Amino acid sequence: MTDLATYNFAYLDEQTKRMIRRAILKAIAIPGYQVPFASREMPMPYGWGTGGVQVTAAILGPDDVLKVIDQGADDTTNAVSIRAFFQKVANVAVTTKTKDATIIQTRHRIPEEKLGEGQTLVYQVPIPEPLRFLEPRETETRKMHALEEYGLMHVKLYEDIARNGHIATTYAYPVKVEGRYVMDPSPTPKFDNPKMHMSDALQLFGAGREKRIYAVPPHTQVVSLDFEDHPFEIQHFDKPCALCGAEQVYLDEVVLDDRGGRMFVCSDTDHCEDRRAHGHVGHLLAQEAAE
Amino acid sequence: MVEVQDANAVYAGAFDNPVFQSQAVFRALMDGMARPGTVVAIDASAVPPEPMGRGAGAIALTLCDTDTPAWLTQTQAQSAVPAWLAFHTGAPVTDVKPEARFAFVEAGAMVPGFNQFALGTQDYPDRSTTLVIEIAALSGGPAMIGAGPGIKGEVEISPVGLPDIFLTLWNENRSVFPRGVDLVLVAGDAALCLPRTVKLRRKEA
Repeated sequence: MTDLATYNFAYLDEQTKRMIRRAILKAIAIPGYQVPFASREMPMPYGWGTGGVQVTAAILGPDDVLKVIDQGADDTTNAVSIRAFFQKVANVAVTTKTKDATIIQTRHRIPEEKLGEGQTLVYQVPIPEPLRFLEPRETETRKMHALEEYGLMHVKLYEDIARNGHIATTYAYPVKVEGRYVMDPSPTPKFDNPKMHMSDALQLFGAGREKRIYAVPPHTQVVSLDFEDHPFEIQHFDKPCALCGAEQVYLDEVVLDDRGGRMFVCSDTDHCEDRRAHGHVGHLLAQEAAE
Repeated sequence: MVEVQDANAVYAGAFDNPVFQSQAVFRALMDGMARPGTVVAIDASAVPPEPMGRGAGAIALTLCDTDTPAWLTQTQAQSAVPAWLAFHTGAPVTDVKPEARFAFVEAGAMVPGFNQFALGTQDYPDRSTTLVIEIAALSGGPAMIGAGPGIKGEVEISPVGLPDIFLTLWNENRSVFPRGVDLVLVAGDAALCLPRTVKLRRKEA
């Protein structure tokens, strides 16, 4: 049974890859503009990263080293299954170490470690259109992008301030790319928005169900929308990570028991593990060691 | 019709290993588009018929198929190139410039004005032609300074063999952003990409 038919390298057929590749090149040439593409059915449901998977499959080569994260973690369901998928259909090397990876597919986080020149970050995007919840008609949002008419987005942010006293959008915070297109950075926490600005790495975004690909080339301006008197701010955390003591990183809340016990730990598991391997100890680990 | 003696030129000369070689060429183009002005190596094992060069042939094999009408210069259109493209990629050849998704210009041929090609629309700026222009060399010519997305600070390029009015054509192309054509300059086994976002000016001596 050794002559069983196998999938083409990286699952997709060559014509599909060419179509996606052409879309990627146009997306890079028009930063922040959503290029329509003929998204295929993938062997996973829409909403599980079919857009990101198709982009990764189209750019992946045998020499690449792939890392997949889901909310910063390498070991959660979505990350594990997509990593296993590419090991199976492309026999590609995988890693959990951010600095070793050439392609990082991500669901809603940007790694804490600064990305470099040779790296490509592929985002899984559920709703690529930043104006969609303000204007449901595709024909209208397309016209708004064409005319660079983004007043509605500023009204939305203003209404946030009027109701809450501050801009209450905490994730999928809209950005303007190179002074032209308003773009949805995918539902990453706004904590990650500054990392997109002038990044050394190429950033590609794939939305499978919505059939859109867009891109931010390296060294490109990505500015979070704000007002002069209400400037953009990222989240701040009171305490450092309970396991590795890291500050200035994005933390997840983890409930520990049914008596209100909780801890805050790094959302980026690789960053946390790396710090602990280098001897950094958070207060909870230190407490445990003492007991 | 293709003459019998051209048969080898038509049916041979594609990638030995299309899956991995087209991936490698695409990655070079992706890096080139993402970092305009940097010279990237093209896996040039494709051998298209004269006068199309190997680098341009490899790009055609990587990106063209039945969905992408290609425009060819008159010299190329009268050679075995259309038959070679048709056999290996299925791409139809068109002589209507605004219908072309790709345009191929061999070294030394006249480069048509960019605004004769599809520039995309304000609604769909991605529906524009990508021009693959073969030139004598990617460095050693008159120096130009480029800036824009993908470029850290500024980049100096000095391609040899572009038309004298290139900067005028390019600035016109820049001025209709987000519409516009994208360029891939090819010399031998190397390419240099100029997406429409790049701002170019002559380097002052």
